[in-house]
Amino acid sequence: MLEIRGLSAGIEGKPILNGIDLTVPTGEVHAIMGPNGSGKSTLSYILAGHEGYDVTGGEVWLDGVDLLALAPEERAAAGLFLAFQYPVELPGVGNANFLRTALNAVRRARGEAELDAVQFLKLARAALRDLAMAEDMLKRNVNVGFSGGEKKRNEVLQMAILKPKFAVLDETDSGLDIDALKIVAGGVNALRGPHFSALVITHYQRLLDHITPDRVHVLAGGRILRSGGPELAHELERGGYAALGIDATAQGVSEANAA
Amino acid sequence: MSATPAQPAADFLALFDARAEDSFHEARASAARAFAAAGIPGRRLEAWKYTDLRPLAALPVRLAPEITDVARLAAMLPAIAAPRIVFVNGKFSESLSTFSDGKIFSGLAAAPSLASHENAPLAALNTMLAEDGAVIRVPENVDGGTLVLVHLTIASVDAPVFSASRYRIDLAPGAALNVIEYSSGQGVYWNNPVSEIALAEGARLGHVRIQAESVEGFQTATLFADLLGGARYEAFTLGLGARLARSETQLRLAGAGAIAHMDAAQLLAGAQHGDVTTVVAHDAPGCASRQTVKNVLDGRARAVFQGRIEVARAAQKTDGYQMSQALLLSPDAEIDCKPELEIFADDVKCSHGATVGALDPEQMFYLRARGIPGDLARRMLIRAFLAEAIENVADVPARALLEDTIDAWWEQGR
Repeated sequence: MLEIRGLSAGIEGKPILNGIDLTVPTGEVHAIMGPNGSGKSTLSYILAGHEGYDVTGGEVWLDGVDLLALAPEERAAAGLFLAFQYPVELPGVGNANFLRTALNAVRRARGEAELDAVQFLKLARAALRDLAMAEDMLKRNVNVGFSGGEKKRNEVLQMAILKPKFAVLDETDSGLDIDALKIVAGGVNALRGPHFSALVITHYQRLLDHITPDRVHVLAGGRILRSGGPELAHELERGGYAALGIDATAQGVSEANAA
Repeated sequence: MSATPAQPAADFLALFDARAEDSFHEARASAARAFAAAGIPGRRLEAWKYTDLRPLAALPVRLAPEITDVARLAAMLPAIAAPRIVFVNGKFSESLSTFSDGKIFSGLAAAPSLASHENAPLAALNTMLAEDGAVIRVPENVDGGTLVLVHLTIASVDAPVFSASRYRIDLAPGAALNVIEYSSGQGVYWNNPVSEIALAEGARLGHVRIQAESVEGFQTATLFADLLGGARYEAFTLGLGARLARSETQLRLAGAGAIAHMDAAQLLAGAQHGDVTTVVAHDAPGCASRQTVKNVLDGRARAVFQGRIEVARAAQKTDGYQMSQALLLSPDAEIDCKPELEIFADDVKCSHGATVGALDPEQMFYLRARGIPGDLARRMLIRAFLAEAIENVADVPARALLEDTIDAWWEQGR
């Protein structure tokens, strides 16, 4: 279970998150929707431990572990995974080497045996097949020269191999055509089960047609303003944020209709 | 200035005067005159502006003694399965070598020297005092395979020593060879090797040099290379040892269509100083010279890359390229790079560039977010930074040795 309590954060003194309260019980998938600048990506970076943000208040617990006290790699070992909105290119780092190093680092931290090259390759090939990815993806440098869709699929591939217990997907649907969207959604759905939870951050209802969320939250001005079932996403799709009484142009703390 | 270069220069000349005359006496005497005139170069010389030899000049002058008990040195040899020629303190070591084939000589190479002592006083010092060396000749259209040249310098605990080895590599037209040169040692010493390379028409030499000298040692290497038409020289120099090291190359593209790749990488930490200096003379049309020098600098380490390209009037269609890329891991590390172009032809392409940066925090975060601890993530990114340069090394065993050496550096140094 992920519990976010009163989380406030900013960058260089400018507040972005203004007291987020959110609980995702184990086994559930929740969606966060919200206008640009509402703090969605900031939330995902802070959960993963990006050092560019200052946490000014609140706490985050994953199954009783104080996430904010951990380094990024310790959070990954604790079972957290962030699928990046903008996956980073690593020239000179082969994808297979990257994936195997990450998997073995996480396994080591969890007290599990490391995989040798043969065992890893078997596992990676199976994951590639499930995601309809070509095997030469392993030989290429991480994300270098990848199309937008390939980058997002590579994120899901990493997730499939690392098998986190909690995944944050930051606009994983952006830049995907409908076929790629289905593959990515399939990758997430394959992990769904009583021991996996996820926070799916998206602009659009489209992704939620393929990954049905248990709950939908609306983030604006750095706060959760509405929460509801999957129907809330449809309501947004029909009437936009204005229909919910949210000023979609509001930035930071200045939203007019909060509360 | 407590140690002026003048005194050690006089001491070296005294060593030469005390030396028994050999069949190379004339060449040695001429070198001694050049060295006497120049002395150990100081920073007032443009070519030595960034590298201060005063700590080296402060060492007492003493020739490295012959080491008889060499069996204990076997562990210092690079792990590579190829024929090797080993020198210890400037002397050929038959027991550590696996290749002799009549190509080992005592004293200097009989072949006409390419070394110009005028611009290279340290090469003159080598000519004065060099003991054993190797002459490697590959006949026309023969592929000589891979050969390893090892030089070990062993100083006793309290006595710094001077050593000067000398290699000569001659490839006949159409010949090919891969040479891996590896230098290492123990204690405080000054290793001052000279290599001379002559490539005839269409010859190809792969030359990987690994400078893994003792961290208290000094190395000043001078290499002269002459390429005839269509010859290829593919060099990669890795510098990670020595308190102060300089690798100077004076290369001449003398025949049309000759190509020289002179890549280098230095991994320096602490107070290490590493200098890569090249002078490339494009004397014939249609030649290409390409140099990518990568530096990874930690602590207070300082790196220098000076690259000079001289394009003669006749050298039309010259393609010259220089790139300096530095990764600074510490705020106190420093890189000085200085390109120099002297162009007398009017149809040439010469470019140079330099980048300096720290590790990318977004790349670090991406790796750490996948569970890879910070230290391992840094290491992966540094390896990635060097990968591009190493990938160009065609000789597979040489490339593997480079990778192993870099890994070992990391294990030791961190």
